[in-house]
Amino acid sequence: MPEELLRKTFEIQGWDFENAGERSAEVTTILKDLDVDPNIILRVGVVAFEAEMNVVMYAGRATLTLVVTDDEIVVEVADEGPGIADIELAMQPGYSTASDEMREMGFGYGLGLPNIKKNSDVFSLQSEVGRGTRLHSIIRLISYG
Amino acid sequence: MKVSELAQKTGLAAINEYKDREIERVYISDMVSDLIASARTNSVVVTLQTHKSLIAAANLAGAAMIVIVNGRKPSEDVVALANRTGIGLFSYDLDSWAFAKKLVNLGFE
Ligand SMILES: Nc1ncnc2c1ncn2[C@@H]1O[C@H](COP(=O)(O)OP(=O)(O)OP(=O)(O)O)[C@@H](O)[C@H]1O
Ligand SMILES: [Mg+2]
Repeated sequence: MPEELLRKTFEIQGWDFENAGERSAEVTTILKDLDVDPNIILRVGVVAFEAEMNVVMYAGRATLTLVVTDDEIVVEVADEGPGIADIELAMQPGYSTASDEMREMGFGYGLGLPNIKKNSDVFSLQSEVGRGTRLHSIIRLISYG
Repeated sequence: MKVSELAQKTGLAAINEYKDREIERVYISDMVSDLIASARTNSVVVTLQTHKSLIAAANLAGAAMIVIVNGRKPSEDVVALANRTGIGLFSYDLDSWAFAKKLVNLGFE
């Protein structure tokens, strides 16, 4: 069993554009303090940031859990939002339901979920319409190549 | 080229207190997800956006400097966030293309 070094849960409030991005900033600060490789921090940061922004824009409320073990970093974001009816469609680059207001702020490029997937070694997205969405991402600290 | 030197040569005044890091590349974008995926460390980010998430994204991507174009000005809490991250925040009166030309003239490719 990998040894768990750290586990921390953050609350994300939806529609709170004021503080959007703060949790992912905190995540990267924690990883810097643990002396994690900067490239890994960037990847975890992108995952946390994009997932956080999606909750802020679409899901209303969520918890983000960060787990660091001696061989991987896990980011899990579970929300109580409207859910995603067609996950395959949502995963497509360029697909977005962002409002005009969000687009004016530079969101809604439809790249958030693809960015998350690209930066994860293991990625899963589960959703139930009317109940919520659960995103799970693993980034390995050791490469087995 | 350092942030301070680039600012001086393009005639920009700093909005915040920043770390005078080295600038090696340029990224121009108004889309947050594009910026976070494409901007690299030691870059100057040229953008229209002035909100906090843009600063957070640029910081994550490792940007050293943000130039907000079209004369837009960030709010005080955005400046405070830039201070905490050490990113240099600047405002430029004309559009992205006008600033891009200045960067090209300085030798950025
Ligand atoms: N947590 C969520 N709950 C409900 N719907 C979601 C959630 N996350 C994403 N979606 C849906 O999936 C779509 C695609 O998400 P994605 O992050 O890829 O792009 P975006 O958020 O629209 O734009 P960008 O991330 O580039 O700003 C969203 O427009 C939204 O409809
Ligand atoms: Mg998104």
